[in-house]
Amino acid sequence: MKGRESTFNCHMIAEGRAGGEALVSQDEILFYLVDPQSGIVIEKGHSLEGKSIAGKILVFPAGKGSSSVQVDGLYQLLRRGNAPRGMIIERPDTILVTSAIIMEIPLVDRVDPAFYELVKDGDRLELDAGQGRLTWRN
Amino acid sequence: MPGGGERKNRVCSLFSFDLMREGYCVVYLTEYEQEMLDGKYGSASKMALQVQVAVGECFGAKRLLEASRVHVASSNQEADVWFAEKLLKLGGRCRITPTVNPGFNLSYLSRYLSISREDAGLMERARRAYRDLGALLTLSCTPYLEANVPRFGEILSYSETSVTIYVNSVIGARTNREAVQSSLCAAITGRVPEYGFLLNENRRGTVLVQVDADLRSDFDYQLLGCCTQKIGPGVPVFVGLPANPSQEALINLGTQLNTTASYAMFHIPGVTPEAPDLKAAFAGREPERVVTVTDDDLHEIHQIISQPPQKIDFAMFGCPHFTIRQVQEVASLVRGKKLAAEMWVLTSSLNRELARRTGMLQDIEQAGGRLVEDTCIDQPCWSHLKGKVGVTDSPKCAYYAKMRGMDFVVRDLASCVQAAVKGEVS
Repeated sequence: MKGRESTFNCHMIAEGRAGGEALVSQDEILFYLVDPQSGIVIEKGHSLEGKSIAGKILVFPAGKGSSSVQVDGLYQLLRRGNAPRGMIIERPDTILVTSAIIMEIPLVDRVDPAFYELVKDGDRLELDAGQGRLTWRN
Repeated sequence: MPGGGERKNRVCSLFSFDLMREGYCVVYLTEYEQEMLDGKYGSASKMALQVQVAVGECFGAKRLLEASRVHVASSNQEADVWFAEKLLKLGGRCRITPTVNPGFNLSYLSRYLSISREDAGLMERARRAYRDLGALLTLSCTPYLEANVPRFGEILSYSETSVTIYVNSVIGARTNREAVQSSLCAAITGRVPEYGFLLNENRRGTVLVQVDADLRSDFDYQLLGCCTQKIGPGVPVFVGLPANPSQEALINLGTQLNTTASYAMFHIPGVTPEAPDLKAAFAGREPERVVTVTDDDLHEIHQIISQPPQKIDFAMFGCPHFTIRQVQEVASLVRGKKLAAEMWVLTSSLNRELARRTGMLQDIEQAGGRLVEDTCIDQPCWSHLKGKVGVTDSPKCAYYAKMRGMDFVVRDLASCVQAAVKGEVS
C-alpha cells in the first residue's frame, strides 16, 4: 500500500537533518569496502554488494573494521559526494560515532522497533537527528 | 587546578535540544569541562570535547575522567591527516602528549623502494600535523613496551588493535578501543568519557576458554587468538595454558583476538593482574559460556589463515613491531647466512638503535635483510610486493596486507626465517 506515512522516535548521535531514499543493509558495514568513485558496495557476499549507498539514508545494524580503514573509507566517500546523507544504526561503536560527528553526517540509533518492520529500500525518509524524529513514507 | 574541582550537575549543552528526555543519558561536566565545551579554551578543545561528550552520551557515560596517557594509531591515510590538520587549524595543542603509530620511514625506504610523490607528501603532512599538535613521534605500535608504559589502573585513551587489549589485559590499565580520532580528541582535552572498559563491571571475564591444546611456542598463541569464531563475543578467560607465557606470547594472543574480532580484554588466571585466580577472573560469577579449544582447532585455523607451502618472494616481520628479543632471534637465525628472499623486520627506533649497538643489525644486514624503524606493514611503501607471496609469523600482517595484494604463508618465526634463507616454505 502506497502513500502511508509514520513518524518514529530515535536517539541522536550526530546532529543534523537529512532526507532521501532508504537503503537497508542486513550486514555490518565497512566503508573501506565501498568504491569511493561510485558509492557501490564491493564487499563480496555483502547484502548490499553492487548497490550504491551514495546520497541514501543508510539503515544498518553496525559498523565494523579497524578505525583507520573505517574512518578513511567514509571520508573518501564524503570527499567525492558519495557518502550516505544520513545513517540509522542499531549498535553504535566508538569509531562510527566519532566519524559521523567529525564528518557531520546525521546519525541516530534506538529507533522504535516498528520502523524496522516497515522500512524497505526506496522508501522516503526524513531524518531530524536533533529532534530525535524520523519520518517514513512509502 | 583545572578539572580538579567539584563536579557540578550541569547538563551538557552539546546541541540545542533537550537531552533530559526520559531514558536519555546526560554527561555531567565539571565547571572547567563546561567552559571547555563553551569554547573558553579555544575552538580545537571545544570540538574535541564535543566529539567526546557525544561518544560518552551514546554509550551512557555519566561523567568524564581525567586521562593520564594517550596513544594515537595515526595512519597517515587522508582522513587521519584531514582531522589532525583540522584541529591544528583551530589552534589545537595536546594537553596530554600522545605517542603515535608508525607510518613509513620515508628517508630510509626511498633508498630501496620507489615511493610515489603523493604518498610521500601525505606522510610528511601527517608527521608535521601531529608534531605541531604536540605529539611525541615515537612511530611505534608497541608503546606499552617503551615510551608510553602505563601502570595498573591508570585511565587511558589508546587506539590500535594490539595496544588496547594488551594494556587492559596484561597491565591492567583502562582504555576503551578508541578510534584514531577519539584518542586524538582525548589528547587535546585531557579527558575521556567514562564507559565500557573504564568501569569495573565490564572488565570481568564472561567466557571460559579451556585450552586443551599443546602450546609450544609464541606462535601457537597467534593461532589461539585467531579462534574467535569458537570463543564468541565477551571477555575470554583462558585456562590450561603453560605457566609463565612470554611477553611475546601475550602480545600475540591479544593482537589476534582484536584483529579477527573485537576484543578489548582477556584474562589468564595467575598471569594477568586482574585475575589472581579463576574466581577473581569472573568476579565471583559463573561464566556465560564455556568453550574448549583443541589442537585440531589450532590446526584448522592455521590452514584457513595461511597459503599452502610454496616458493616465497619475501619475509615480513613486525606486526606489531618486534620486541628486542624477537629481533635477537631473527639475528641469531640469519647470522652468517645469505637470504634468498627479501626480508623486512619492523621494530621501534629504540630497538633498532639497541640492535645496532649490539651487532644484531649488522647480522641481519649482512645476510641481506633490513631492520626498519618507524614503519608499518599496512602502508603504501610496499607497493612493489603487490601480487607477491611472502612469509610471516603474524596472522594480522597476512590479514591487512591482503588489501594491498600480498598473500602470505603463515608460520612460526624460526620456520619463516628458514624459508627466507631457502626462498620457499617446505
